Amino acid sequence: MPFIPHTPDDVEQMLAAIGAKKIDDLFDEIPKELRIESLSGIPDALNEMQIGRLMSARAAQDGTPLNFIGAGAYEHHIPSAVWAVTTRGEFYSAYTPYQAEASQGTLQLIYEYQTMISSLTGMEVSNASLYDGGSAVAEASLMAIRAHRKSRSQRILVPTTVNPNYRKVGVATASGQGVRFEEIPCPKGALALADLKKYEGEDVTAIVIQQPNFFGVLEDVDAITDWAHANNILVVASVNPTSLGILKPPGEWGTKGADIACGDCQPLGVPLSSGGPYAGFLTTKMEFVRQMPGRIVGRTVDANGKQGFALTLQAREQHIRRGKATSNICTNQGLLVTAATIYLSLLGPEGLARVANECHRNLGELVTALSRIKGVKPAFDRARFHEAVLLLDRPVAPVLAELARRGIVGGYDLGADYPELGNALLVCATETRTAADIQAYADALAETLKAAVRAA
Amino acid sequence: MSNIPSDLKYTKSHEWVRTLADGNVEVGITDHAQGALGDLVFVEVPESGKSLKVGDAFAVVESVKAASDVYAPIAGAVVEGNAALTGTPELINSEPYGGGWIARLKPNGAPQGLLSAAEYQAHLAAEG
Repeated sequence: MPFIPHTPDDVEQMLAAIGAKKIDDLFDEIPKELRIESLSGIPDALNEMQIGRLMSARAAQDGTPLNFIGAGAYEHHIPSAVWAVTTRGEFYSAYTPYQAEASQGTLQLIYEYQTMISSLTGMEVSNASLYDGGSAVAEASLMAIRAHRKSRSQRILVPTTVNPNYRKVGVATASGQGVRFEEIPCPKGALALADLKKYEGEDVTAIVIQQPNFFGVLEDVDAITDWAHANNILVVASVNPTSLGILKPPGEWGTKGADIACGDCQPLGVPLSSGGPYAGFLTTKMEFVRQMPGRIVGRTVDANGKQGFALTLQAREQHIRRGKATSNICTNQGLLVTAATIYLSLLGPEGLARVANECHRNLGELVTALSRIKGVKPAFDRARFHEAVLLLDRPVAPVLAELARRGIVGGYDLGADYPELGNALLVCATETRTAADIQAYADALAETLKAAVRAA
Repeated sequence: MSNIPSDLKYTKSHEWVRTLADGNVEVGITDHAQGALGDLVFVEVPESGKSLKVGDAFAVVESVKAASDVYAPIAGAVVEGNAALTGTPELINSEPYGGGWIARLKPNGAPQGLLSAAEYQAHLAAEG
């Protein structure tokens, strides 16, 4: 794709053609007091040598700790081929080219991605991706409101077992459009059907169910989905794609399946890299496809009857539907989608199931090993995937700080998001953890807690 | 030259209105409108019971090249949407004034401000 910059002459001619004196005049709708001349918080530019040095120093601060933290982003083994292929020049672009006449390779890759994600979730159609798992929940909520033909309330039920960051992104994205997110407390670590009773007979648009939930616990998705449908409420599933290697896909939840299923592609070949960029996925039933945000690639035939790929269902999008478009997400996280597609193609259903099983098994061993330590006990006695909540007999933050000094990232302190749980720590084990890693964590935690008792 | 039956009423936004024997009205889009949209691929028909003011967008017609709202030509309540359009949206192309009707409405009072066939014809000519 050639990039053709404008010369000062080009700019002059264009301004003259539309009768503007300078480029700033095009922004005169924005009040003066809202415009700034410079970005005072941004330091002066560095040259390549200086910035390289700075970045290396910052990267080195991370070290290479032994990692037991999940909470929405997960350390997995990434086969070398994933990024070797993803960073090939043919794919390596910050922007996703969609022109069918110039981008058949990219379009086919996205089509393969959509096919794999649909198959993984058990849903009928996938879009070409969104920004991340949080924005996917926000977009799914807005989509549910468009898709529900009868509900007028714009009420979305969100159990507190949904990732707190996803809930915050949902509120930030959609509350300005009148969407009301109502939190349902889940003190037992999972959503209880009894707590839904009070919503029966009310106008509720949708419920978000996360599986496995933020505590790593498996929700009773079949019963909740059937309850929601019996009460004319749409079901938005937020799922971990790795877990779908062994768990029932949202398309098969209950009698009718979830209506929208979304999540984060990060576990599929995307490195943690300090929290992003990741990619979100969004899938649905064909009956709701016209309410779906984002782009969709379809397979078709050209004038000579040969297979080809092109964007489809574009009448939903803003260049055609203008203000009534299903969303203003026009591009996607193309490079991360490329990585996820290659990751899934290398693992296949069997490989993904093996990864998921290994994660589950390691988490079990981790919980067993840590629970033997005096002052540590598991919080919820429920089926889990690869995360669990542990309760400590003292505040979590100092314990995590001491573990970090010993080169161990011990988990996610739930204190800020769930003060009602007490000294709660969310731990995770994926397939990358070995028996020796788990032993090292158990030893370090036992010593840390013992030392703290002595100090006190 | 598009077909403009003389027994129907019209709007400037290219809807037609037919008064039925039971007092309800049937609404669709004109032959001119379907021709301008091209082959229809999807129609979102309204749910029965929905109440409409004049000018409310109550249906969406999507063709291979565009998606457009259909506006209520009268105030009233939706009695039924044309379920046949869900599977065969092309009925609007083949029979815009017959099988391609979009919704039947129960009007609130007498329809007002609608165009006669001759007035709609003149409106089309003025639109060019």
